Amino acid sequence: MTSRVGSPPPGAARTAARVRLLGACTVVILCLLITDIASGAAPIAVADIWAVVSGAADFSDPEYFIVWELRLPQALMAISAGAALGLAGAEMQTVLDNPLASPFTLGVSSAAALGAALSLLLGIQIPGLPQHYATAANAFVFALLCSFMLDLAAKRLQMAQQGIVLLGIALVFGFNALLALLQLLSDAAALQSLLYWMMGSLGGSRWPDVAALSAVLAVTLTASMQQAWPLTALRFGDERAGTMGVDTRRVRRYALLRVSLLAALSVALIGVVGFIGLIAPHIARRLVGQDHRWYLPTSACVGALILLGASVAAKHLSAHVEIPVGIVTTLVGIPFFILILARRRRS
Amino acid sequence: MKMASDAITGAALSGRATLNIGGLSCRLGSRQVLRGVDCGPMHTGDVIAIVGPNGAGKSTLLRCVAGFLSCQADTLSMGSTDLRPLKPANRARLLRYLPQAAPGPLQLTVEECLMVALHAQRVGVRAPREVRLMHVATQLGISDWLDRPVDDLSGGQKQLVWLAQALLHQPQLLLLDEPLAALDPNHQHHVMRLLRHLAHEQGLLVLVVLHDLNIAARYTDQILVLRDGEVIAQGPAAQALTPAVLAHAFRVRARVEACAMGTPLIIIDEPLET
Repeated sequence: MTSRVGSPPPGAARTAARVRLLGACTVVILCLLITDIASGAAPIAVADIWAVVSGAADFSDPEYFIVWELRLPQALMAISAGAALGLAGAEMQTVLDNPLASPFTLGVSSAAALGAALSLLLGIQIPGLPQHYATAANAFVFALLCSFMLDLAAKRLQMAQQGIVLLGIALVFGFNALLALLQLLSDAAALQSLLYWMMGSLGGSRWPDVAALSAVLAVTLTASMQQAWPLTALRFGDERAGTMGVDTRRVRRYALLRVSLLAALSVALIGVVGFIGLIAPHIARRLVGQDHRWYLPTSACVGALILLGASVAAKHLSAHVEIPVGIVTTLVGIPFFILILARRRRS
Repeated sequence: MKMASDAITGAALSGRATLNIGGLSCRLGSRQVLRGVDCGPMHTGDVIAIVGPNGAGKSTLLRCVAGFLSCQADTLSMGSTDLRPLKPANRARLLRYLPQAAPGPLQLTVEECLMVALHAQRVGVRAPREVRLMHVATQLGISDWLDRPVDDLSGGQKQLVWLAQALLHQPQLLLLDEPLAALDPNHQHHVMRLLRHLAHEQGLLVLVVLHDLNIAARYTDQILVLRDGEVIAQGPAAQALTPAVLAHAFRVRARVEACAMGTPLIIIDEPLET
């Protein structure tokens, strides 16, 4: 370290390592994708999957239907929903300056679920929209209200980090109580679908759902990446970010809008899947730090990896009963959550 | 937008600019913190200390100038630019503020901290960004730490990183709230020497809140003494820090003696009864 003349700039090695990391993450996701499609009640050979994907398979094959119409969209849904939740959690932890923030822990997902259920069960929704969109729009409106309520509590009431977490818990309980009330009021058939959806399941995912979530994810990720520097600046606190020229209120407002959109759409499509938005940002931070140019995409990748991994695990736990993936992520997520809490106390 | 930035750059190039503060009042909740603060002109190239007892309004004054608190004022301008209506991005071209509270764990390297400050707003710097970054890092003596996690640095080293962040866009005005708190004597003197050097070399006006009166007397060109939200003395150390002013501001019996090096030395003998 005597002279820097001729040596690569200090950040170059770090950048190369991060590119390799994201590359490795992508490779693991691809491997999991193949494993996920291959596994299930009827195992399918990798060669047959390739035949379907490359277009060589006959449309009348049962494999064609299973791979192309069921398992591929479900696996891709796991990737895009996982990425959406990972990204939403990362942005939420930054703008609320709270390592325990995520759409699931602070009630945004529950709010979205309540909004969607109001539309599905009671038909309380924005008039004039087709049912499918109306459900998602309801989820979005409720998620947005919840996000901004949290922001208001954090900034206007100057509530501390612990206070926000407690408020979040109160919101989760509140929205879940209202959801339970809706269940009492609804008939048995509706209840069955509601229960399944509340646990978070990829089972119903089809191509149009995948396309919708992927498109929204692409748009929000692009917008987030454009805000990567201002978001990183927020980590220094509002006044330091402000003196760097960042309009902190504007950055925060748009970030919460993106968080609500991602959380609401993923809830509307696959239900409430817990803990991914909480854990993925923590893993991403350990891997690449908090430079948001790397932190945001890494968190999205880790989120995709976790949800796809949970889907594979759910299929291998039981070949006969389809276990909702949300149950797996929650059971795996709780020890992680406790680990995060324990680490916070020590530091 | 383009016009505004040109006007500000133009002012920066045309020699010394002056910070004018007149009749500045600020209320926080039910408490009137600043009661019509009037300061004499403060010129770029000078380091000016703000001293005063706890609750005198030192931090509030800095935050009003930095634009983080709304206030009433007859004048609050830098050169010909009124500071009050500026948008965050335009304000950032002109001034930088360092709050006293340190940020929490950042999980960033020193280089990333500097890059954030360079990129957070879309303001051009004259030199290419990498060149400017290395220049400032070298100037502050932190270029060997660029790859280190900022969380691993000592308090004094961090303070240099925050200063480097503030200096990247060559502001005209630097507002520092107790930058020496939690620093050991070596770093305290290092930072003050650096501020003096930067102010004189780059035509920077530094307004710095200090608690140590002797450091203020030794390193600053002017001292502003605040008490109960009003300026009770302003001028070079010998004029601003007299036993009478110290008794009025801090309620202490104090002596001012010339030390062997010629700088005034403030010795506090005892607290006065209230």
